[in-house]
Amino acid sequence: MPQGDYIELHRKRNGYRHDHFERKRKKEAREVHKRSQIAQKSLGIKGKMFAKKRYAEKAQMKKTLAMHEESSSRRKVDDDVHEGAVPAYLLDRETTTRAKVLSNTVKQKRKEKAGKWDVPLPKVRPVAEDEMFKVIRTGKRKTKQWKRMITKVTFVGQGFTRKPPKYERFIRPTGLRFNKAHVTHPELKCTFNLEMIGVKKNPNGPMYTSLGVVTKGTIIEVNVSELGLVTPAGKVVWGKYAQVTNNPENDGCINAVLLV
Amino acid sequence: MEVDMADGSAESNNSVMCQLLDPEGTPLEASMYLPQTVGPKELQQMVNKLLKNEEKLPYSFYIADQELVIQLGDYLQKNKVSVEKVVTIVYQPQAVFRIRPVNRCSSTIAGHTEAVLSVVFSPDGQQLASGSGDTTVRLWDLNTQTPMFTCTGHKNWVLCIAWSPDGKHLVSGSKSGELQCWDPRTGKPSGNSLMGHKKWITGISWEPAHLNAPCRRFVSSSKDGDARIWDVTLRKTVIILSGHTLAVTCVKWGGDGVIYTGSQDCTIKVWETTQGKLIRELKGHGHWVNSLALSTEYVLRTGAFDHTRKQFSSPEEMKEVALERYNKMKGNAPERLVSGSDDFTMFLWEPSVSKQPKTRMTGHQQLVNHVYFSPDGQWIASASFDKSVKLWNGITGKFVAAFRGHVGPVYQISWSADSRLLLSGSKDSTLKVWDVRTQKLKQDLPGHADEVFAVDWSPDGEKVASGGRDRVLKLWMG
Repeated sequence: MPQGDYIELHRKRNGYRHDHFERKRKKEAREVHKRSQIAQKSLGIKGKMFAKKRYAEKAQMKKTLAMHEESSSRRKVDDDVHEGAVPAYLLDRETTTRAKVLSNTVKQKRKEKAGKWDVPLPKVRPVAEDEMFKVIRTGKRKTKQWKRMITKVTFVGQGFTRKPPKYERFIRPTGLRFNKAHVTHPELKCTFNLEMIGVKKNPNGPMYTSLGVVTKGTIIEVNVSELGLVTPAGKVVWGKYAQVTNNPENDGCINAVLLV
Repeated sequence: MEVDMADGSAESNNSVMCQLLDPEGTPLEASMYLPQTVGPKELQQMVNKLLKNEEKLPYSFYIADQELVIQLGDYLQKNKVSVEKVVTIVYQPQAVFRIRPVNRCSSTIAGHTEAVLSVVFSPDGQQLASGSGDTTVRLWDLNTQTPMFTCTGHKNWVLCIAWSPDGKHLVSGSKSGELQCWDPRTGKPSGNSLMGHKKWITGISWEPAHLNAPCRRFVSSSKDGDARIWDVTLRKTVIILSGHTLAVTCVKWGGDGVIYTGSQDCTIKVWETTQGKLIRELKGHGHWVNSLALSTEYVLRTGAFDHTRKQFSSPEEMKEVALERYNKMKGNAPERLVSGSDDFTMFLWEPSVSKQPKTRMTGHQQLVNHVYFSPDGQWIASASFDKSVKLWNGITGKFVAAFRGHVGPVYQISWSADSRLLLSGSKDSTLKVWDVRTQKLKQDLPGHADEVFAVDWSPDGEKVASGGRDRVLKLWMG
């Protein structure tokens, strides 16, 4: 039998000592004095350690007290009216990404026809041809100069197959090909990593558009099906336009703003 | 002579042993030989004769849960049914009136400055009230389709509203937990707000008109886990029904004078209303109970009012008519309860008979947000976040059809008064009308610019009202 169990056994048989509870009370009453003695006497690292321990204990005690007080006292409830009312059956549910409906679809269509866009970046720096392309000399004597390599980020569609390299005029380096873009929804103020569907317009010219070159200010089409947007007729929107806001060739990623 | 013989033999070849059953499964007369040339029309005449109906009622006929629309012989041939067995034909009475499906938006009324959270027609279908996130309740004039009264007084979003079955009172509950009673004729609050609930109100249900002549009592459920029975004249809580450990999500006052509460603690409790004692606990769901529906709910909601638009002079008369309607609707079967839950299933109960569920209805792939019995109690419709609305047999709980077409979660559904059409409102900003008979989309109603939170088909069948996050109230007509 372990040593400590004998006292329990004894107590079970004979009960507590006649002065057990008095002694206990006195011991507890002296405890505070004893503690203060230690607090005053201990020096150096011991003192520091003691103070730290005591501080933690006191902080804990305060917290518990506050907690008890809070449960009994009546506070003013948070009853200011918030925006974005939802019915009772949605109140306990987690809010998922907000599906804002595109009320301006008609306007968007009209603009699309006119080819004009009210875009976040109305003006872009023109990119000269020799900045965009690098001339590649070909032929056995490297005298031919009809091949070009694109030095900017490009988007290459999924079904793209290269021409025979011998006849390929424009090389789109695989290291600069992108198929995803970080698109920010200006009203939701949140960013999604969305797949690109195509390059709608490159402001530097139609040739760059057809090559799929993505520079700052380019309008790209992205797949927004995971945002859960719907048209007023209740159809899911899956393709939407976005404008590129950074220089992808410098940053190594495409950042864009959704056009709504 | 020979011709006669041939006729006789042909007839015996072409007749089939049939047994007519009513929806509960009790047989009508003994089984009989019917010629194969009979169609639904002849069957209808026969049933009317056999039941000795004074005025001829329309019926539809079902063989093995499929509606019979062609001649019996053609049906047997098509589905290769054995003619040696007795064919059981179930007849279901249909509404004598027909409701035109809504197909256009008759008006878009702006007024609320925040999302519209609930839209409810009065039991007689003559008035319309809506509650919104801008803390007001609005009453609308249906004839001119303009705002009539704006009732201010709530401190927070008005989450639910309910008309008394006699149409004399309107009660609304808000997110801060107070209830307010309004006089729908003046748009003024009748008395101060009713305080008591500590958290938001999730549902309100009035005592049925056939139990108490001028409507006085109603029950409200709250997020704080209690349901309270209030008295409008005494303006205070009569009984507190506490026992749920989590939020009460739905409350219904049954026609037998008991209250059903569904809660997030996965149970449904049945209370009696004189002392507030718990009489039954229905367990079975594995997650929150979201919605409850009673087979008699529609008749309880409309009270004494039906499609004939009768006016009543005294509450006693109203009570009598309501009782008559209720008994007719209920028949001799017990009241059925259906519950939809977050565990993607639904249960069909007969709480007055047993505490075990009658059927478990599975099939949804997401939580079931709203369940609703058709006005005649023959069907159950369920709206789910899996973008579908499903139709179930209201008596057996068997799956009948799934209506797919929404591209977002379906929030609310509503039946037309003749139980032939079903309306659903969804997060995808459209409303859709479904035909129960053909089990197809009848009408697509785009127009809202954002999520549709509340839909209601008026009991007289003329109009549909809907409201949503785009802050407008839309009225649709046929």
